[in-house]
Amino acid sequence: MAKRKDPVRFLQRLLLVAVVLAFLFPFFWMILASFKTQQQILSPNNVFVFEPTFQNYLDVFQQYSFMKFIFNSFIIAAASTILSLVLGLPAAYSIARYHQNKLGMTILIARIVPGITFLIPWFIIFSKLSLVDSYTSMILSHMLVGLPFIVWIMVSYFENIPSELEESARVDGCTIQGAFWRIVLPISGPGIITSSIFSFVFSWNNFMFSLVLSGQKTETLPIAVFSFLSYSSINWGGLMAAAVVITLPVLILALFAQKYIISGLTAGAVKG
Amino acid sequence: MFSRWLERNIKYVFPLPAVLFVLLMMVFPIAYTFRLSFYEWSMSSLVPPAWVGVENYKTLLFSDPRFMASLWRTFSFTISAVAVETVLGVGIALLFNQDFKGKNALKTLFLLPMIATPVAIGLVWMLIYEPNIGFANKVLQFLHIPPLLWLASPHQVLASLVVVDVWQWTPMIALVVLAGLSSLPTEPYEAAMVDGASRWQVLTKITLPLLQPTILVAVLLRSIDALKTFDIIYAMTAGGPDFNSETINIYSFVQGFSYFHLGMTSSLLMIFFVIVLGMSMLLVTARKRWGA
Repeated sequence: MAKRKDPVRFLQRLLLVAVVLAFLFPFFWMILASFKTQQQILSPNNVFVFEPTFQNYLDVFQQYSFMKFIFNSFIIAAASTILSLVLGLPAAYSIARYHQNKLGMTILIARIVPGITFLIPWFIIFSKLSLVDSYTSMILSHMLVGLPFIVWIMVSYFENIPSELEESARVDGCTIQGAFWRIVLPISGPGIITSSIFSFVFSWNNFMFSLVLSGQKTETLPIAVFSFLSYSSINWGGLMAAAVVITLPVLILALFAQKYIISGLTAGAVKG
Repeated sequence: MFSRWLERNIKYVFPLPAVLFVLLMMVFPIAYTFRLSFYEWSMSSLVPPAWVGVENYKTLLFSDPRFMASLWRTFSFTISAVAVETVLGVGIALLFNQDFKGKNALKTLFLLPMIATPVAIGLVWMLIYEPNIGFANKVLQFLHIPPLLWLASPHQVLASLVVVDVWQWTPMIALVVLAGLSSLPTEPYEAAMVDGASRWQVLTKITLPLLQPTILVAVLLRSIDALKTFDIIYAMTAGGPDFNSETINIYSFVQGFSYFHLGMTSSLLMIFFVIVLGMSMLLVTARKRWGA
């Protein structure tokens, strides 16, 4: 096929770059506004040329104690991901090896059922157990998003591992659990990384569960930034700085782990 | 001893913790919500849940205009968002379908909208839509179009939210279709080259028909999620102004956690569940039929 010096293909690429830039515009706008004073944001002039200020970021950390929310978000995302791996990896392996498709389907229900369906009973029960606004309830609820995703990705990953690998380990006297631990898991690195990244990001981004189950002590970043809105007049610069603080870790993670992210996003959709 | 026993029972032991979690955190709550849908209860410790039979369902289906409105709004939001996303997504996937330097970097940048924290993104779009200072009206001004109210207008709010959903999720359709494109067979293309087919003919007669199963699966997957859109809508409008962007998911949330009509909310969720389940069955059938 002719690849070079093809004017149509060149125009295609140009158009593609333009489209991608258009999709990136809201991020650009967010970052731009986060360095503006309220006055600069409200003024119609000099939209792109202005004297940048760091005051918004200082406010976010000093006035609104964002360190605490970052800590909460991080702990909850990390713990729910690790626990989801501990529960999900052996389950995914068993589903893949013994074709426990019914179990696989049941776990996928979590992806189908509207989240509020779980939220009502949880709220009632966690209230009775005084577990609202506790890390326990936050981590458990966030696992509901992470665990199915980990199982989903890892089942198809484990299915693609040739069974000869394990069989030869078995011949050498290794138990099934030993082969799982010493052979299967080490070569499943990419799958585990992909699904962990997603589980972490889903928890980091989670809004609905945290809205109901978090409180003073366990408030996460999305809830903190959302409650900014209820102040009488919106401080746009501060809001945008907060938005940058929340999204930046996710965006950086995506840029670093790009090849994992793309395969993760399309894994379930194309195969499943 | 233990390791022998474990090995013999591994297919029960390995999934057991996950199964327990699923039973406690998923299956039980769904059953609980189902049961609660036949009761009336506002989470009061003094007044216990009262059995009302199918009364909640009757109220919702026959005498709750807010529910019916939210139901149609959910469908119109989903259908318009997914339609635009599909057309754009397939188009962008076709643009991406060639090898060039920096393709992977471009792909990664393109997927950022769908993994960025939705609440934060919602706030950014609120600034963009702000009628006086927002960028959206600056663009209209540049095009000599009179400014719009966007989120503040009862008539424009849903379309404004559709735009945000399109921005967020077009990349997903594009990436799924792109993955589908790369697994297409090469023979039809070689035959077309031999026959001297034009680019347009190749696209409409070969590529799109071959892609159909992939596109269908992407559309169904996206529709299931679009029906349940919550974060963006709740953060940006909370269903307003005057309920004009209240979808079923938002309405359930408000009924449940603002009014604490837990019985009514449960019935609402069961109806919603059936709708989403129907959509998912379609997906499974489509996958079986076309083997995608």
